[in-house]
Amino acid sequence: MKYGSKTARVLAVASAVALTGALVSCSGGSDVDENADVSGETIRVTLVNHVWTEAFKDLIPEFEKETGVTVEVTQLAEDQLSDQYNVKLNAGTDEIDVMMYRPLQEGKLFADNGYLADLTDLVNSDEFDWSDFQDGPASLTTYQDAVYGVPIITERTVLAYRKDLLEAAGLDVPQTLEELETAAATIHEQNPDVAGYIGRTGKSAAVTQFSAFLFSSGGKWINDDGTSAIGSDEARGAYELYGRLIHDYTDATINPEMSWAESFAVFQQGQAAFIADADSLYKNLIDPEQSTVADQVGFAAFPAGSAGSKPYNVASWALAINETSAHKDAAWQFIDWAASKEKTIQMTELGVTGARTSAWADESAIADYPADLLEAIKINGENGVGQDRPLVIQVAQAREIVGDPITTAISGGDVNASVDAADEAFNAFLVEDAE
Amino acid sequence: MTALHTADSVGLGERLSRWADRHRKWVFAGPAIGFTVLLLAVPLGWTLFLSVTDSKRSVRRAFDFNGIENYLGALTDFERFWPSVGRTAYFTVAALVFELIFGMIIALLLWKPFRGQGFIRTVVLLPLVATPVAVGMMWRLLFEPNIGFVNEMLSWVGIPPQPWLADPATSLTTLVFVDIWQWTPMVALILLAGLTSLSDEPQEAARVDGANDWQRFWYVTVPLMRPVIVAAVLLRGIDALKTFDILYATKGKGGGSSHDVETLNVYAYGLSFDYNEYGLASAVLILFFLIILAVIWVLQMQRKGRDS
Repeated sequence: MKYGSKTARVLAVASAVALTGALVSCSGGSDVDENADVSGETIRVTLVNHVWTEAFKDLIPEFEKETGVTVEVTQLAEDQLSDQYNVKLNAGTDEIDVMMYRPLQEGKLFADNGYLADLTDLVNSDEFDWSDFQDGPASLTTYQDAVYGVPIITERTVLAYRKDLLEAAGLDVPQTLEELETAAATIHEQNPDVAGYIGRTGKSAAVTQFSAFLFSSGGKWINDDGTSAIGSDEARGAYELYGRLIHDYTDATINPEMSWAESFAVFQQGQAAFIADADSLYKNLIDPEQSTVADQVGFAAFPAGSAGSKPYNVASWALAINETSAHKDAAWQFIDWAASKEKTIQMTELGVTGARTSAWADESAIADYPADLLEAIKINGENGVGQDRPLVIQVAQAREIVGDPITTAISGGDVNASVDAADEAFNAFLVEDAE
Repeated sequence: MTALHTADSVGLGERLSRWADRHRKWVFAGPAIGFTVLLLAVPLGWTLFLSVTDSKRSVRRAFDFNGIENYLGALTDFERFWPSVGRTAYFTVAALVFELIFGMIIALLLWKPFRGQGFIRTVVLLPLVATPVAVGMMWRLLFEPNIGFVNEMLSWVGIPPQPWLADPATSLTTLVFVDIWQWTPMVALILLAGLTSLSDEPQEAARVDGANDWQRFWYVTVPLMRPVIVAAVLLRGIDALKTFDILYATKGKGGGSSHDVETLNVYAYGLSFDYNEYGLASAVLILFFLIILAVIWVLQMQRKGRDS
């Protein structure tokens, strides 16, 4: 008995509404009038705790003054934001108009579920200039040839290192993964209380940063025929290398739950020589208020493996309109303004790495960036791969599966056995995910 | 006609009033029943409905009825479901046993008046008023293997750093400790209320008969306190069964990288919010609900048996 029927949907939506207390309302189509008079309207914008948000919030009164629109901002931590979307969008809420979301994590799922308004015609207007957006990030907000989001933050894996430790060891900045391992081992040997390398250790969290090791070693997540690629020799080598870097060159007890914040904290306290993570977070490392080694931090492009240097170059966050929003006109005007060339340049000046090519070409916008970081961003941007995790619909499950050998490697376990099991599980998952 | 019309109107009012009188208990209980139906029966019914479907990704998408497939899937899953059941049971029983023991000790110490009792009571009750998520985050920092205060303290007496929450082998037990730290005061409070309501006479009688402190505690106080103890077990037990906050705040989604603190609650949450598997998550929740009902039933039967 097929329950794709109207009755089942009505029942589902009605019950979900009873659960959440939310009111369902549909705007009746996704047509948006770019020039509509939206003065007096109120839009609800949901944003994540991020450097972009912190810098951008102060600019919102400008938009309110220009358009007469009142903007109500809800700001949440990443997990809470994700949970709230799950509950509210499932119930067909109109309580969210503009949503900041993760194209890599939820883009396909949300677009496939019909949660996001189609922005294709809007982004293609001359004034907005969609061609100004970098190809990789722009492709991540596109699903089945329709644009569902506008990228606002881009990231690449950048290698950060302690200049003083490298100098004391008489080493150059590592250009290859082999050199990175040698340097990590040497520095740890000379400074037993310092870890040669620190990185994310949490199963899911580590996947994105591990991807640079995977791609640079010649591996990938999924083969062209849609099967698992993590069982390849290249992938096994990458898993082993990532595990060795964190497991072998430290005397500290490894915390297996570290995301970026925890691993950054170790580096910030001067307890690690290298860390490879998102360049968008660079301020956390060079801000003297947060980092005890702020004046000793250097940046470099991701070291090359057997397949060259292949970090990811992705849009980590984008803005979209809730398909059931009753204020789509005002919501689009907000996104149009927030992701405009002018605002992107302003955000770049404040240290937020955006997706518009024009902003990166603006000398004054990038004047305050450390020179070595800019150089690394340039090189990584050229070499970058447009993904950091398996691009599937149920990303969370996929991350757990492909992340399993990472934790095994970090704990010094049997990597080959773990990869075999993960490879089999990932193949089964991919079949189910494609259904 | 006019007279008849008036009589009719009065009659209707009177009839309503009499009806309300006759069904007074329903009239007064009505709003509460309505509220309960809305807040309990509807979500439960909806969960039950979803549990027999293959709903995933979004409840607004098309789905099929699949009968008891989700239940069979969960009950034959020895990788995530049954270990979650085991962890739930371990966490609940371990926390409850120690909370009862420590709660009773604290209650006995606070039973008889002494100088500074008010201050001590306040200090003992402090963990109770903290938000569980904040408690979780606090302990997460304290237990951090390298920069945490707990290992720092151990180093003062020459004990090497312990992994606490970091090691899958010790993480759940560490969280049992956190639960004991936070909820023992509540158990102590319930038991103290019970102790203060006890009559002095049986104690006096036992004393006259020559019973020592331990004998009076074990043979007089504990039997008299049994209904209060069962009430504490019931209240705290159900609460411990469905613990979520401290597990999530310390180990995150999935109960940590190795799912080492994944109880049934955390598992169902992950299925729903991380995997978007609404059918399976609902089945797990219904099974969890049945387990809780069974536990309540057993405890109630035990209380009734003892009372009779």
